[in-house]
Amino acid sequence: MIMVPWYHKITYKVERGLSFVTRLIKYSKPYIFIILGAIVLLFLQAMCDLALPDFMSEIINNGIANGDSGYIFKMGFEMLGVTICSAAFAVTVGYLAARVAAGMCRTLRKELFEKVESFSNAEFDKFSTSSLITRTTNDITQIQMLVVLLIRMMFYAPILGVGGVVHAIANSKSMSWIIFLAVIVLLCIVGFMFIFALPKFKMIQTLIDRLNQVVRENLEGMSVIRAFNTQQFEEQRFDKANRELTSTNLFVNRLMAGMMPSMMLLMNLITVLIIWVGSKQVSAFQMDVGEMMAYMQYVMQIIMAFLLMSLTFIMVPRASVSAARIADVLETMPSVSDAENAQSLANCRGFIEFKDVCFRYPGAEEDVLHNISFLSGPGQTTAFIGSTGCGKSTLLNLIPRFYDATEGEVLLDGVNIKNILLQDLRKNLGYVPQKGILFSGTIGSNLIYGDKNATEEMILAAADIAQATEIIEENPEKLDAPIAQGGTNVSGGQKQRLSIARAIVKKPQIYIFDDSFSALDFKTDAALRARLKNSTGNTTVLIVAQRISTVMSADQIIVLDQGRIVGKGTHSELMKNCEIYREIAFSQLSQEELA
Amino acid sequence: MSGSREKAPNSSPRGMMGGPMGGMGGGMPGEKAKNFKGTMATLIKYTSEFKVTFIVVFVLAACSSVFSIVGPKILGKVTTKLFEGLMAWYAGTGLYTDFDYMGKLIILLAGLYIVSAIFSYTQGYIMSGISMKITYRLRRDISEKINRMPLSYFDSRTHGEVLSRITNDVDTISQTLNQSLTQMITSVSMVVGVLIMMLTISISMTLVTFLILPISFSLILLIVKKSQKHFKTQQEYLGHINGHIEETYSGHNVVQVFNGEQDAVEKFNKLNNELYHSAWKSQYLSGLMMPVMNAVGNLGYVGVCIVGGYLAIHKVITVGDIQAFLQYVRSFLQPISQIANIANTLQSTAAAAERVFEFIDEDEEVPESENPAVVDKVEGNVEFCNVTFGYTKEKIVVHNFSSKIHSGQRVAIVGHTGAGKSTIVKLLMRFYDVTDGGIKIDGHDIRQFRRKDLRSMFGMVLQDAWLYHNTIMENIRYGSFNATDAQVIEAAKAAHCDEFIRSLPGGYKMVINEEAGNISQGQKQLLTIARTILSDPKILILDEATSSVDTRTEILIQKAMENLMRNRTSFVIAHRLSTIRDADLILMMKDGNIVEQGNHEELLKKGGYYADLYQSQFADREPETA
Repeated sequence: MIMVPWYHKITYKVERGLSFVTRLIKYSKPYIFIILGAIVLLFLQAMCDLALPDFMSEIINNGIANGDSGYIFKMGFEMLGVTICSAAFAVTVGYLAARVAAGMCRTLRKELFEKVESFSNAEFDKFSTSSLITRTTNDITQIQMLVVLLIRMMFYAPILGVGGVVHAIANSKSMSWIIFLAVIVLLCIVGFMFIFALPKFKMIQTLIDRLNQVVRENLEGMSVIRAFNTQQFEEQRFDKANRELTSTNLFVNRLMAGMMPSMMLLMNLITVLIIWVGSKQVSAFQMDVGEMMAYMQYVMQIIMAFLLMSLTFIMVPRASVSAARIADVLETMPSVSDAENAQSLANCRGFIEFKDVCFRYPGAEEDVLHNISFLSGPGQTTAFIGSTGCGKSTLLNLIPRFYDATEGEVLLDGVNIKNILLQDLRKNLGYVPQKGILFSGTIGSNLIYGDKNATEEMILAAADIAQATEIIEENPEKLDAPIAQGGTNVSGGQKQRLSIARAIVKKPQIYIFDDSFSALDFKTDAALRARLKNSTGNTTVLIVAQRISTVMSADQIIVLDQGRIVGKGTHSELMKNCEIYREIAFSQLSQEELA
Repeated sequence: MSGSREKAPNSSPRGMMGGPMGGMGGGMPGEKAKNFKGTMATLIKYTSEFKVTFIVVFVLAACSSVFSIVGPKILGKVTTKLFEGLMAWYAGTGLYTDFDYMGKLIILLAGLYIVSAIFSYTQGYIMSGISMKITYRLRRDISEKINRMPLSYFDSRTHGEVLSRITNDVDTISQTLNQSLTQMITSVSMVVGVLIMMLTISISMTLVTFLILPISFSLILLIVKKSQKHFKTQQEYLGHINGHIEETYSGHNVVQVFNGEQDAVEKFNKLNNELYHSAWKSQYLSGLMMPVMNAVGNLGYVGVCIVGGYLAIHKVITVGDIQAFLQYVRSFLQPISQIANIANTLQSTAAAAERVFEFIDEDEEVPESENPAVVDKVEGNVEFCNVTFGYTKEKIVVHNFSSKIHSGQRVAIVGHTGAGKSTIVKLLMRFYDVTDGGIKIDGHDIRQFRRKDLRSMFGMVLQDAWLYHNTIMENIRYGSFNATDAQVIEAAKAAHCDEFIRSLPGGYKMVINEEAGNISQGQKQLLTIARTILSDPKILILDEATSSVDTRTEILIQKAMENLMRNRTSFVIAHRLSTIRDADLILMMKDGNIVEQGNHEELLKKGGYYADLYQSQFADREPETA
């Protein structure tokens, strides 16, 4: 790994954070008046809250001192009004904040999802699918909480703090040093916590990950661990991770345990101090008792405001991690999209040609495909075979433009596919991935995924070819049998057959089978391919396979090795003149059967 | 597929939120334990070693709150003295402020506050220690438990479930111990203490103040109830949308080729809208707690001012009393909202603890034989005697299977995917025990051996090569921890992996990465072969590579396996016909049962399932050969 200086990381983070702030401002535009309204309400609320001690001061100085109960009730009544106003403002702000936060997140989530939908495989590789999922779900939820917090706390705390200072100083200038003392001590305590606890917080996350890793390894390798009798070794490994996590947690917890007592102590001692200093001033007729009491309460409110702000600052870095992760996705441009002069494709005939195609994964040092050239046409089956990592699936991925060729051209009916509208190109492809992928819904809704207007007859015929009839038949609900999210309620082989049927329903001109038969047993595999051969008729068929028995009957077999074509021809031709093909064949079948 | 690798940053300690904003959440609904009392009893028993310490902590917590409660009353006395002095001066009675008295009170007060803070911190310090010790022990117990449980337990459970017990559930318990427990003590002693203090000052004022109690309680309950309802709806919609996202992203290629993006976005927008409506309601209601409590606090404040002022005029109470009341009103709202949340906290803790204890109390593997058989020199003769087996008692899959395998013979296990080829392996290694009959090694029933001794006779190379986060050297040494570096390298050579290891960055020192882009599946399998060679077992269990391994590596694996199988009894889960044909015995599996046994020729002649399987593999070649 290349060592990046630490300050680069920090500047990077700050940049990401800033770019997200501008983005957040952009998303908040439609809500700008609501947010301004909320701020005004927060201001009014703070004013109301701050007015209460003044009323109290009046009651004591004028009401009690003069024994005027009428005055007390009059003031009390006004106080009640102020309290109710304050509550109404606060509740309204909560409402506005919730609306704004949920609304902004709805927009953000939508943009993120649309962005991801426009990504090609290159971007999926870059972020990894699971990370994209987390970014669209958990990270957005984090932002929603942040926005509410920003509106409610970040705006309110300073208003309350500044208001408190203004009121307090208006009451007594000579005691304002107490406020500054309180704030400085408070900042010291918070700063102390920050400096010692924050790095540990990050460490805890790493340690939790490490602990999880050991457990996950233990669970995955359970039979191996028992076979080698290494339970004790594993327990020691776990114990080490557990101990490290525990001791770091203990340190942080003990540090945080000091936070509340020290805050409380600060507040209490400041109160005592105000009474002490205040009573001297009262006796010297520099202030009233009521004012002194009000002063005490202002100082409490100021300290509270600072406390709220420091808590917000703890929350913000956590959410800003999420923010940066979301911004990363939004700022990525998809590497595959329609060219400006892309043309539509009316009648696809199905000639696929690769002309000197080279391909390199983004960021990789070497090409995975070198100068691939071949032609395949309607009525023809072309099979690709070779070791893993030889690039055969990658080659197929270039046809639907999951990736674009780095050099050379992929042509469909003589037109470079980069110049064909993506939608038109893909409309003509029947693609069956290595792992059967189904979507939640019913068997029927999955089968018509490629052609919403397919008749039941067409669906059943396709299922029949794909050897999927029994899956439909054994369910009392037939085509309406539910498919769970991710297709978890059907087996791998069944998923595979259903996704083949789905491709057939689409009636494409070109079939792409990316190792689609591997989850099927030999018998089903054979039967399916026999039926498929009869029914695909005048279409172009491209197959990637591992089993030699799957490719043997193809019209054209292309042998790949380390990204290069090392043999092209029929089974018997290749047996004669392709060493690598022979090697593969012999490793799977015995001499006799290959003869 | 699951997003478990990137955890949302929500697992840091609750510590920083525990303070003044403790009641802010408005109480998210927790799950409920099935057996609350029983689980709590178990939890108390589990922590009984700290009984005395707990009591000390509780006493400290209670004392700390009592000391801080006395404060406002003394403070009030100071103010009263001040006010009286002032009034006296106005009245011209000449009585002047008694600074001596006030000074004493203030020093006493400062002392009380400092002692209270020290108690409070000591309590937190001790409690952190206890809760971390308990957390550590819970995790350790779970991790050790994993190794003692029968493998069948994990058949029906995902790894995520077990993982979440070790992290989330243990965390929940730890947080309750660390914070909620003492919070409960302090909250209760605060409320009781404040109540007593108020009563000693003025009964009528206390009554007025406590008028706001029912108001605040019913408001809290109302909010909690409402917000829980909306929170649940929000979670539900969040679940829908997350499901849609996960599914669409995972099937991205299919979505693209079938031009399904527009559909996906439309469905997403619909779900997103639904989520929005429940999200803002949930957010709004759960955020309502703080402003509402604030308002209730203000109401109390106003009430104290009016009634206190009125009473002060009539000399029933003093100005200092008003001040003390104002502070008390403010300081008991917080504990009240915490008490309102106690039930929730206890429930979710019980639910978490229940899951953890359930796991710890699960059945363990059958105990070892009392006088275990010991074999000095294992020959490797294996005999199956009328073996009957089912993963559950109701569904027997292996029926009355008998067979005799001599030392050094090779057994091929064949069958379709899902035919239960690994069942035999699991029985041999005693990952599962036979339901009836028995398996013998060198004449001893395998149940007579200690598991450790039995398993050390076996070497196992599975297709799903398991390696752990460490260097290649250490991963091979896993087969025998006492092996020297030279012995490890020798084993690597025998397994044909020395060459590729040396070509890797760092060679033997390269760390195997869990996300493991760094070496291929086939290479991993070679490493596991080296590991097994190093452990030098008498009997082998091999799983032949299928599609995921490239041809070159596959040939290397074949050669390495040949090396390994020499002079050893071996069971091979076979996919390659050549392996199957060379085997001394073929076991044909179907639906979990062994339906045929014999060698290649015998079984072909028999014309049963094996012959069928053999034919089907080459079905489409028949026209050519015909």
